[in-house]
Amino acid sequence: MTTGVVEEPETGVEPSLGARSQWVRRLPGLGVRVVLALVAVWVVFLARGTPAGPAVSDPGRFVVTLLDGVTFAGLLFVVASGFTLIFGLMRTVNMAHGSLFLLAGFIGIRLQQALVGKTRNIEPGDVTILDWVIPLLVGAAIAAVIGLVLQQVFLRWNQGQELRQALITLAISVVLADQMLRQFGGLAVSMAWPGAVTHFFEIFGQRYASSRLFMLAVAVVVGILLWLWLNRTRMGMVIRAGVDDEQMVRALGINISLVFAVTFFVGAFLAGMGGVMGASFAGAATGSDGAWLLNSLVVVIIGGLGSIKGAVAGSLLYGLVIAFSPVYLPSRYTYFSIIFTFVLLALVLAARPYGLFGRPE
Amino acid sequence: VSGRRLLTPANLLGVVLLALPAFGTPFFVTFVLTSAMIMGLTAATIVFLASSGGMISLAQLLFAGIAGFMFGNAALESGARGLNLGWPVWVAVAFALTVTTAVAFLLGALASRTTGIYFLMITLVYGVIGYFFFAQVVLVSGPGGVTSILAPDPFAEPVRLYYAAVVLSALGYLGFSAIGRTNFGLALQGIRDDPVRMGSLGFNVALHRTLAFTLAGFVAGVAGLLNVWWNGQIDPASISIGPTLILLIIAVIGGISHYEGAWLGAFVYVGASTYLREIPFVDRIGITPDRFNTIIGLIVLLIMVLSPEGLVGIIEKGRGWRGRSIRDRSIEPPTTATRPAARPTER
Repeated sequence: MTTGVVEEPETGVEPSLGARSQWVRRLPGLGVRVVLALVAVWVVFLARGTPAGPAVSDPGRFVVTLLDGVTFAGLLFVVASGFTLIFGLMRTVNMAHGSLFLLAGFIGIRLQQALVGKTRNIEPGDVTILDWVIPLLVGAAIAAVIGLVLQQVFLRWNQGQELRQALITLAISVVLADQMLRQFGGLAVSMAWPGAVTHFFEIFGQRYASSRLFMLAVAVVVGILLWLWLNRTRMGMVIRAGVDDEQMVRALGINISLVFAVTFFVGAFLAGMGGVMGASFAGAATGSDGAWLLNSLVVVIIGGLGSIKGAVAGSLLYGLVIAFSPVYLPSRYTYFSIIFTFVLLALVLAARPYGLFGRPE
Repeated sequence: VSGRRLLTPANLLGVVLLALPAFGTPFFVTFVLTSAMIMGLTAATIVFLASSGGMISLAQLLFAGIAGFMFGNAALESGARGLNLGWPVWVAVAFALTVTTAVAFLLGALASRTTGIYFLMITLVYGVIGYFFFAQVVLVSGPGGVTSILAPDPFAEPVRLYYAAVVLSALGYLGFSAIGRTNFGLALQGIRDDPVRMGSLGFNVALHRTLAFTLAGFVAGVAGLLNVWWNGQIDPASISIGPTLILLIIAVIGGISHYEGAWLGAFVYVGASTYLREIPFVDRIGITPDRFNTIIGLIVLLIMVLSPEGLVGIIEKGRGWRGRSIRDRSIEPPTTATRPAARPTER
């Protein structure tokens, strides 16, 4: 419906170009399809000598890998949606997003230790739902408040100077990383999932942890709430209008500074939520901030900056690539799996420079 | 040539830098200055892309790293890690620079259709993926990196490496400044200011950006070779996200639109990280070497809040302000006396 409207001018331009240049223009899209088909054939029939084996002979391993990818995509979505929300409205690339993620993770871990009354060897059995939800909300809220202060002090008065804002948040991320190292030390620590969601169940003869499905469920809830907020409330309507035309929204007498502040608050809150979930999923350590800044960037570059739909698509693609590339590469070359993150990025950039759902500035 | 033409600040600086090994301490010359020159040359490639192409690249340290890793893999005959190809040293140099330039061309072509903040993000992703590549692929490096790399004969002595860094820095400075006056450089500046107009004038926008990125990658590769000779080793941690940001910060401290700012920023950074811990009582006020990144971060924050043009920008602003106030006073002294309050608001 809407895509028809968007594509109309393109079809109007194309006939004036020669047949050759039209063919050249289609080349990247064609290449992407060929690559996807080859990858599918490899995974389903050919992948002998890989840790997983071809999907036709070991469907259990394939399903588990698929689940791994989709559940990790849930965590990616929570973090990256906050990043893309802030960018979509304010054109601010928040380089401190990973720092807020890590800070909330550390705070969540400390709080859970205080609630459970143990500082080490916390088992999921010791953790009630509240012992997990309270750290989640408190960690996210602290990240959100810090994000709000950051926006009000450092970003409010230079709105529109994208590079300056990126460098300011970069400097803040350096300071935050160093202070977190001082406060929480350099050792990796982790949080426990609540006992109620930590079981193992059988799927195609493989054991699978239900806590990963719980993580996906939390992400889906976040996604639905975000969708409702953006599509069914007045504030969400103003935000969507602001994404399209900020000047017009201002001219209509809407207090856009307030909307900016709320959006930044929510974006930082999502980073913090992701941080606590990530601390339960894989632990928190110095360096996670950089890794998760990378994850957010990859997701939004693939999906398109500022688009929630893009964040969903980007998270799924990136999550699946991360899950599939190590187990479906020949065992000797497993360590080359990082290249596939780059291949994914290169394919998307070659076909659509501004991401799947993005648009040029 | 008259005496006044010869006595420019640039010539004076050149003479001082060339004569310095005779009277400076070896530590200052072969450690602080050499390191600052190499970092400055790498940061100058960021300045080149930013000032003439409008592209802020966070992948420059990656190119320096690729050149270093490739040289280490090609030149070493036996070692704990890497391919140990054992090639002649100049073949290894040519190989390292060829690979670096080719990778820069490929990555540049992929990113060339974007600008501004998108370009910054894509190049940051390049840098981080590059770090993970070298950290994970044990075939060429692995987390420990490539060690015991020797500089080729002409640069084996630290002082000679210092001279090489000075000469290459000067070449880089003059070369980048000269490119700004060529047709290519002018077209690039036009593309920076208005890509759509340049495109409709028949310029291949993406190709110009790609070539500029390739050139910057090559120069960063040269700096990377100097760095690996100076260090004697290279590991993935040295091109991880932290040092990547530090390099951008060096370019920003100096001023992202002035080539001399790159070396100024590098000198300030290396000087601060070397001498800060030697100031007495500095621990008492909480500035310990361990918290050095906090200080650097706060300095950058301050510079970005005060003036996005960096130190060179602040100096120029100060000079302009002083010049104007002197002129004002000489032209109309009574006004400053009678209306002192009106003046600052006008500026």
